[in-house]
Amino acid sequence: MKKNRLFENIVHGIFLILGLITVGCVLLITVYLIISGLPAIKEIGLFNFLFGKEWASTAAEPKYGILPFILTSVYGTAGAILIGVPIGFFAAVFLSKVANKTVRGIIEAAVNLLAGIPSVVYGLVGMLVLVPAIREIFHVPDGASLLAAIIVLAIMILPNIIKVSVTALDAVPKEYEDASLALGATPTETFFKVSVPAAKSGIAAAVVLGVGRAIGEAMAIMMVAGNVANMPSLFESVRFLTTAVASEMAYSSPGSLQRNALFSIALVLFLFIMLINATLNFFLKRDKEK
Amino acid sequence: MNKKRKIYIGFMRGAMYVCTVLTAALVLFLFGYVLMNGIPNITWELLSTKPSYLTERIGILPDILNTVYIVLATLIIVLPLGVGAAIYLTEYAKNKKLVAMIEYAAETLSGIPSIIYGLVGMLLFSNNFGTSLLAGALTLVIMNLPTVMRTTQESLKTVPQSYREGAFGLGAGKWRVIRTVVLPGCVDGVITGCILSVGRILGESAALLFTAGFAHALNGIFTGLTSPGATLTVALYVYAKEEGEFGVAFAIAAILMILTLLINLSVTLVGKYFAKRRNK
Repeated sequence: MKKNRLFENIVHGIFLILGLITVGCVLLITVYLIISGLPAIKEIGLFNFLFGKEWASTAAEPKYGILPFILTSVYGTAGAILIGVPIGFFAAVFLSKVANKTVRGIIEAAVNLLAGIPSVVYGLVGMLVLVPAIREIFHVPDGASLLAAIIVLAIMILPNIIKVSVTALDAVPKEYEDASLALGATPTETFFKVSVPAAKSGIAAAVVLGVGRAIGEAMAIMMVAGNVANMPSLFESVRFLTTAVASEMAYSSPGSLQRNALFSIALVLFLFIMLINATLNFFLKRDKEK
Repeated sequence: MNKKRKIYIGFMRGAMYVCTVLTAALVLFLFGYVLMNGIPNITWELLSTKPSYLTERIGILPDILNTVYIVLATLIIVLPLGVGAAIYLTEYAKNKKLVAMIEYAAETLSGIPSIIYGLVGMLLFSNNFGTSLLAGALTLVIMNLPTVMRTTQESLKTVPQSYREGAFGLGAGKWRVIRTVVLPGCVDGVITGCILSVGRILGESAALLFTAGFAHALNGIFTGLTSPGATLTVALYVYAKEEGEFGVAFAIAAILMILTLLINLSVTLVGKYFAKRRNK
């Protein structure tokens, strides 16, 4: 019997360790990013690093200001949200409330496909369709621009927005809608004035999730945004926080200030993401408590 | 009904239809465009050879093999970890705070962008034992851990409590209950987790660029895992962005699209199959 107890305890211990692995991974990532991100910030100065308007890491007198990247990431994400959220929102209301079972099944399958397409494929199509189209339509010398990145990001966050919003809208109690219909509201009015407000936490969570996806995307934007460290402007070639890291990592030498500065950029990006995660959790929790 | 109300209703209805049609059209266009440009470029030579500068030929066999290796290596490592973590959460954990902490950690992991995984993977793995498929696979393990954990957890929750109680009542120890009653009950979750992970690994590029590198050498599985190599997605990026070989890039894109289609289909089928079996 004693041997049995010991065995069970060992098994319990093993599962405990497995359970704690995710926590360990998060700690490991956080610690590694902070350790490797801080030296360059210290050397450059926090203010100069965050608010410096010029990034010239390979110049004779290198400058490491990442304000252009921060602003580009913020503008790019905001633009993607501005385009992607309304489209996703209306499509979600349609799927959850209007569509019959067959139509809903087909469109949901399509949305899932959209979510599964690798980001480099978005990049490839963006590079060959969107970039030339922007060049033709707006008569700019090069279509690889913030606008192209915004459109690609808007498409990429669409499935997230739709799926999370549909789940939230599905969870609205039927009685709410019945009451509204009985009071003489038309179905459309009911959906937008009763169901949507009732699901607002879930829809907010969808938007925040979209922000997280957009700010973290690297490869697709790398292929369509042109990748020059300009201050953001709609038709100008720009560089995001993510692409700043990705584009110079391959040729920066280990231990150099340039590489360390790239780690600092990753640290800034990580802080953004943690902030977004906390917001997301706030909305999801509020949804659960109701 | 007054006019303002009518306009409001008309506008909202219109917006719903337009946005839904737009989304569907987007998917159709993306698939149509990629498949139309990609399939004509898929030749047997492309699939069965490695690139050679001498004959100026491009082949993606090494990339296909690398993808297979990295998928296998990642799954072999991530499955025990993810399933174990899920079992701990549903079967063992009693401390609510600890459960909340683990779940929060898993959510945080799934929110971290792949480029950051790439950097940390480079620091943790590639700097220690070289840029290699194994370093890439270990990075992907951390990325896919939350997915496997979540799907397993979901299906563990559907194993009826009475099964466990019955087994305990017959005198089985905890481990025995888990092995004989709980684990067989979560097969569907594990399979779904696997398929979703495969999808994510196929589509991953940013996390692999700095951990697994972009070599196109033809290797067996063991030398392959310890040497650098590009997966299909990374190869697509390199051919499109660095070398301007759009034909090859489209061929790879078409292959990836077809695989995405198959993966989505199999997730649905697995779900349906197990739902049916459970209701019997």
